[in-house]
Amino acid sequence: MTIRFSFGGDEHIFGEVSEEMSLEAFFTSLSMTNAVRQAGIKGVTEICPANASFQVKFDPDAIKPADLLKELQSMESAASKSDASLQTRIMEIPVFYQDPWTHETLMRFRERHQDPSKTDLEYAADVNGLGTVENFVQAHSSQPWFVSMVGFVAGLPFLYQMVERKRQLQVPKYLRPRTDTPKLTIGHGGCFSCIYSVRGAGGYQMFGITPMPIYDPNQQVSYLHDEMCLFRPGDIVKWKPISRDEYDADLQAVEANRYEPVIRPATFSLSEFNRDMAGTNARLMEALHGR
Amino acid sequence: MAVKIITPGLSTTVQDLGRPGYYHLGIPISGGMDRFALRAANMLVGNDEGAAVLEAVFLGPEIEFTAAATVAVTGGDLPPRLNGEERAGWEAFPVKAGDRLSFGFLKAGARAYIAVSGGIDVPVKLGSRSTYTLGALGGHEGRALKAGDELPVGQGAGGKGSVPANLRRMPGSPAELRMLPGLYWHRITAEAGKQFFADTWKVAPEADRIGYRFRGGKALDFVPREPPFGAGSNPSNIVDACYPYGSIQVPGGTEPIVLHRDAVSGGGYMMLGCVISADMDLIGQLQPHSPARFVEVSMDQALQARHDRQAALARVRAHLGR
Repeated sequence: MTIRFSFGGDEHIFGEVSEEMSLEAFFTSLSMTNAVRQAGIKGVTEICPANASFQVKFDPDAIKPADLLKELQSMESAASKSDASLQTRIMEIPVFYQDPWTHETLMRFRERHQDPSKTDLEYAADVNGLGTVENFVQAHSSQPWFVSMVGFVAGLPFLYQMVERKRQLQVPKYLRPRTDTPKLTIGHGGCFSCIYSVRGAGGYQMFGITPMPIYDPNQQVSYLHDEMCLFRPGDIVKWKPISRDEYDADLQAVEANRYEPVIRPATFSLSEFNRDMAGTNARLMEALHGR
Repeated sequence: MAVKIITPGLSTTVQDLGRPGYYHLGIPISGGMDRFALRAANMLVGNDEGAAVLEAVFLGPEIEFTAAATVAVTGGDLPPRLNGEERAGWEAFPVKAGDRLSFGFLKAGARAYIAVSGGIDVPVKLGSRSTYTLGALGGHEGRALKAGDELPVGQGAGGKGSVPANLRRMPGSPAELRMLPGLYWHRITAEAGKQFFADTWKVAPEADRIGYRFRGGKALDFVPREPPFGAGSNPSNIVDACYPYGSIQVPGGTEPIVLHRDAVSGGGYMMLGCVISADMDLIGQLQPHSPARFVEVSMDQALQARHDRQAALARVRAHLGR
């Protein structure tokens, strides 16, 4: 893969590893941003990895744009050859699918949807040829997802499904973005799922809601004491479907600040994953459940 | 010393020069949209140029001072009134305990910067006092100010003087926003590219600290393609990527949106390039319905414009003897 570089005005360099999404493109982007961080280049102020691209913000008073571009280009061949493996974390995120709050919201924005006669989940089941919402939820929650980008708004993870491309769920975004999305909505657009960290605008289809906060600007939530944002690129997520009763119980625990998310260390190797997806995912589930 | 908010205006927030370093987590830089005016306001009252001030948009607040201080209002022409009596903008003036500062109707521009000697002393969050309302972070309780809020103010020596009109910087009409084409510019046809620069656009009502939407120009024609996996089927879709500050995205090819200081950090729409750093201040002074044009520049011209802006700030400093 040859990285396509472009200046974003006089303060940013954008690097597109690939036009299409793949974990190979993600890992090259991550290696590039790690290399830029380690190089400690004077004048670089922000280093942002994304799904299949990355961005570096710089102060052109401290480094000439052309000089920074040369430095980045010199790192390209090492980054594309680097070992695509990670010491990372796997975490379980409880999801109340078909909850009343995202349902109320999606009903308010039906005229912006491809198929106003269906809910977002019914539509997603339909366009993926899965027949029923139950089958879709099963397909969405049975295999893990990979955090390939954090952003849009504070702490929002973009998640890429860890299955063969032909099995990956794809759903178009709303025709026109909504002006409202409940906080902690599980959304999906293109091939990516996400968790809306804050209430606000959004264009992804809405499938459910998690009781588990993932961003806390006040750093009061026990597991967000040190970092305001839970997710980092490279984290692995397993959705756990829960009922209304379980949702209410989890929410009570969150409100009493005694909710403890299930987060375990894990290793991930892209070559191993590509060789044996089912085996890799089974091993990740063992790491999650401590067996 | 404190300032009390009697009425909050339309949306008044605490802002400084922002919070760099967290964009990779989706937390934008925030800070004053018109940083030239913010710096000048602080210079006038004897503060560090990056001290926290109040940014008011379209409609000014009414505030009361609990102790003597020096105050200056810069930016758009939102006429300050001290105890009902009009004061000049871009000029330092003293206030006493119990004095009230209010504002007349906006005459030009969009945002005013209210600096108080000592600076607004709300807690520093991730290195800045700026308010990022979408993430409920920084400023006063992470939100726009409300009636009854009381904000602490630091100790400051005060300052004096004024900044004459020829040393200020405001957009013309139509505003000319210089931009460097790039990023996904190749996705549109050459003809559409020419038209984009030829059209006069109008600021849409959806214009805030996150971004400014423009309408009234011709919809863009895209170069045909097979949608890349994961991008989405609309020709304006890309695999979700980082959005630079000042980047111009065009969802559906119809209405350009220029992302500003509270930018969303990424998403799935193609961008035509970026408004250059020197012209970001000008966008902060545009009202809905005001006309604007995008003007193509090269990197060398962008860097020259950046130096010109720095020289203009240096002239303000020299004029005020700083």
